[in-house]
Amino acid sequence: MLEIGQDQYRTLVAHASAEYPNEACALLAGRDGTVERVYAVPNAEASPTFYVVEPKLLLRVMTEIDDLGLDLVGIFHSHVATEAYPSRTDIELAKYDRAAYLILSLADRDAPVLRAFRIRDGQVDEEPVRVSRRSGVAG
Amino acid sequence: MAVEVRIPTILRKHTDGEKAVQAEGDTVRDLLDDLDRRYPGIAGQLLNEDGSLHRFVNVYVNDEDVRFLGALDAKLEAGDVVAILPAVAGGGSGGLKPSPPVGRGSGGLKPSPPVDQG
Repeated sequence: MLEIGQDQYRTLVAHASAEYPNEACALLAGRDGTVERVYAVPNAEASPTFYVVEPKLLLRVMTEIDDLGLDLVGIFHSHVATEAYPSRTDIELAKYDRAAYLILSLADRDAPVLRAFRIRDGQVDEEPVRVSRRSGVAG
Repeated sequence: MAVEVRIPTILRKHTDGEKAVQAEGDTVRDLLDDLDRRYPGIAGQLLNEDGSLHRFVNVYVNDEDVRFLGALDAKLEAGDVVAILPAVAGGGSGGLKPSPPVGRGSGGLKPSPPVDQG
C-alpha cells in the first residue's frame, strides 16, 4: 500500500496537466510506503510518448533524498492518451525495484486515473495507492 | 587508481548487498572491468554487447555525468567517487523511442505498411 497526501496528489495532477501534451514525471521520497516529499522534475525528453529525468538532476535529487534519511518510494509519470498501466517501455526501463511506479492517465482529461505498480524483473504487480487527508511536502 | 563506487539498490545483489565498494581503474572502462572481476556479472548490467555504456545507465564521477567527461574513456584520479544510477525513464505507448541499438531489448517501432489507396 502506498500512501500519498492529497496536496501531493494535487501537485502531481497539476504537474501532469502543465506538461500535457507531453508526459510528466516526478520522484517521490518517503518512508515505509508513505510519500513525504514530491520532486516534480522536468521531463527532459519533452515527448508525449517518453519521459526521462535528466541525469545530473536525478543524482542531485537522489543525493538529497539520501541526505534527508528518506527512500525513493515512488516514480511517477503520466500517460497522456493511454491507460494507467505500465507500457512495454515502462516495464523494460523499470530499474528501481524498491519504488512503486505511479501512473496517472489523462486519457480522460476530466477524470485522471492514478494507479501504482511494483515492477520487478519484467513482472508487474498492482500496488494499492491511497490518497489521504494529510498534507505532505510538495515542490 | 583506487576509487569508491556507489552501487544502486538494484545492483547490490552482485556486491553481496554492499552499497559502496572499492575498485581500481585509470578510466571508467578499466574501473568497470575491475568491478566485474570482483563482482562477476555486474558489467553486463551496465554495458551493451559492444562494450559501450548502456543508454539507460548513468555513471557519474564526482557528481559529473561521464557522458560529458568522455564516457567510458573518462579519466579517474585516486579518491574519486563514482556513482551509478539507472535512468528514470519510460514511455506511454508503443515501443522504445527509435534509437541506436542498446544491446538487448525488444527493438523499436516498425513502420506501418503503406495504406492501399486502391
